[in-house]
Amino acid sequence: MDCIYLDNAGTTKMSDKCINAMLPFYNQIYGNPSSLHTMGQIAKEHLEKARQDIAKCINADNNEIYFTSGGSEADNWAIETACKFGKLKGKTHIITTAIEHHAILHTLQEKQKQGFEVTYLPVYENGIIKIEDLKKAINSKTCLVTIMFANNEIGTIQPIKQIGELCKTNNVLFHTDAVQAVGHINVDVKEMNISFLSSSAHKYHGPKGVGFMYAKKGSPLFNFINGGAQEGNKRAGTENVASVVGMSAALVEAVSEMQKTESIIKPLRDKLFAELSKIPHSKINGDKQQRLPNNFNMSFEGIEGESLLLLLNDKNICASSGSACTSGSLDPSHVLLAIGLPHEVAHGSLRLTLSKYTTPQEIDYVIKTVPSVVEYLRKISPVWDELEKGKRSFILK
Amino acid sequence: MLYSEKVMDHFRNPRNVGEMIDADGIGEVGNAKCGDIMRMYIKVKNDIITDVKFMTFGCGSAIATSSMATEMIKGKPINEALQLTNKAVVEALDGLPTHKIHCSVLAEEAVKAAVKNYFDKNNIEYDKSLYCANDCCACGNHDNE
Repeated sequence: MDCIYLDNAGTTKMSDKCINAMLPFYNQIYGNPSSLHTMGQIAKEHLEKARQDIAKCINADNNEIYFTSGGSEADNWAIETACKFGKLKGKTHIITTAIEHHAILHTLQEKQKQGFEVTYLPVYENGIIKIEDLKKAINSKTCLVTIMFANNEIGTIQPIKQIGELCKTNNVLFHTDAVQAVGHINVDVKEMNISFLSSSAHKYHGPKGVGFMYAKKGSPLFNFINGGAQEGNKRAGTENVASVVGMSAALVEAVSEMQKTESIIKPLRDKLFAELSKIPHSKINGDKQQRLPNNFNMSFEGIEGESLLLLLNDKNICASSGSACTSGSLDPSHVLLAIGLPHEVAHGSLRLTLSKYTTPQEIDYVIKTVPSVVEYLRKISPVWDELEKGKRSFILK
Repeated sequence: MLYSEKVMDHFRNPRNVGEMIDADGIGEVGNAKCGDIMRMYIKVKNDIITDVKFMTFGCGSAIATSSMATEMIKGKPINEALQLTNKAVVEALDGLPTHKIHCSVLAEEAVKAAVKNYFDKNNIEYDKSLYCANDCCACGNHDNE
């Protein structure tokens, strides 16, 4: 399919290196890593090599990496662990932010029903927490701080190192959902004092359905799936060797190319911001500096995101929006509301996320296409009509 | 695909879209906060809706349902237009995803609101029970928030 794919925060195309690394494990080295025979043992060697390579990418030790089905499982696992062990010590307070992924928010809502108290830190207009707020929120009952590394919608990067330091000083477990960060920006679990970290392969040109959790040596870890002795007895089930090998190949590739990729896509992203900001009554969502190099997010007043996406799709552009209609509910994105966007403006948001496969020609085409689509939708919008006639006040200047 | 061919056709090529300067009745329902607003204009002659126009801020199905609703009432007697149900609009579009049904409710409400406006302007009696007084995103009688 010949399309301009700008939904890389949703998922990515698998890299050729990743696919080629995986293929032998489907019909040649298909042994069970738990088997004693040579084929099983070779599979086991590759599995452990993958663990080692992945560990290096985030400055972890081999035995701190646990393979999972993806980021959501890792998020659930880290929270369950912290809650279980926290409760044993009478610690039932968790701190998070208002802009976490649903894998965190919905899990925490369950924990609240079970009697845990959850503090949701505000993120202000730029989408970033204030360390002072975290300092004030930590108390003697706090068992976990879970704050995402980088946001999937607006790309803002949290002060992870400072959060890690603060958690270490206060002897509180620190989990970070780093699904959007790993493979894209520097992640160092030691330097950043991270206790648990979640990652998902398909966000960095690896396969879907596989990810990993980093759990710092010495941190408690609850047995998530009971059964065989895989993953240090903590997570049973025959390992998904092909996917794990693919994940490792993709991550090693992404990390080795990180600077080069950033040097190519950041200027393209900045060009999108510069050119599409010329559309009147629009706004860049999220911080302009502390932001993933591939993330673009803007709101256009007077239009609704889903219709924008459908028309862009007709013009072969794959994009995303935080409008209610794309979320399946009547409320727009919780992230856009948390950074203070009024509902009206949050409905008219557009997210474009680039990858190393994005070309300057594609970006030029997008820059040419988006303004005409926005203009058309405004022309048929009664909201825009009222704004223009002064019957309604503009929110975005 | 999320939408039927018919929905996509009406979304891509909306019928009767635009402003009507000399409308006899104008109805606006929905709320920008909820993500959809429909404005319906009607021109009436001898109790017949001779022309219809709409403007919509909303998702693909909001635009498609407005478009379909205008087609369904154009050329019809006013009393017949008042019988238009959201179900009929959905059926004419070969269905809508469950979470988009509220868009069709909005289309029905927009037609009724335009007719009501015409009745009010011309002091014509009508059945007030036809109009929903609830504050909900589906029928949108709350554009003052």
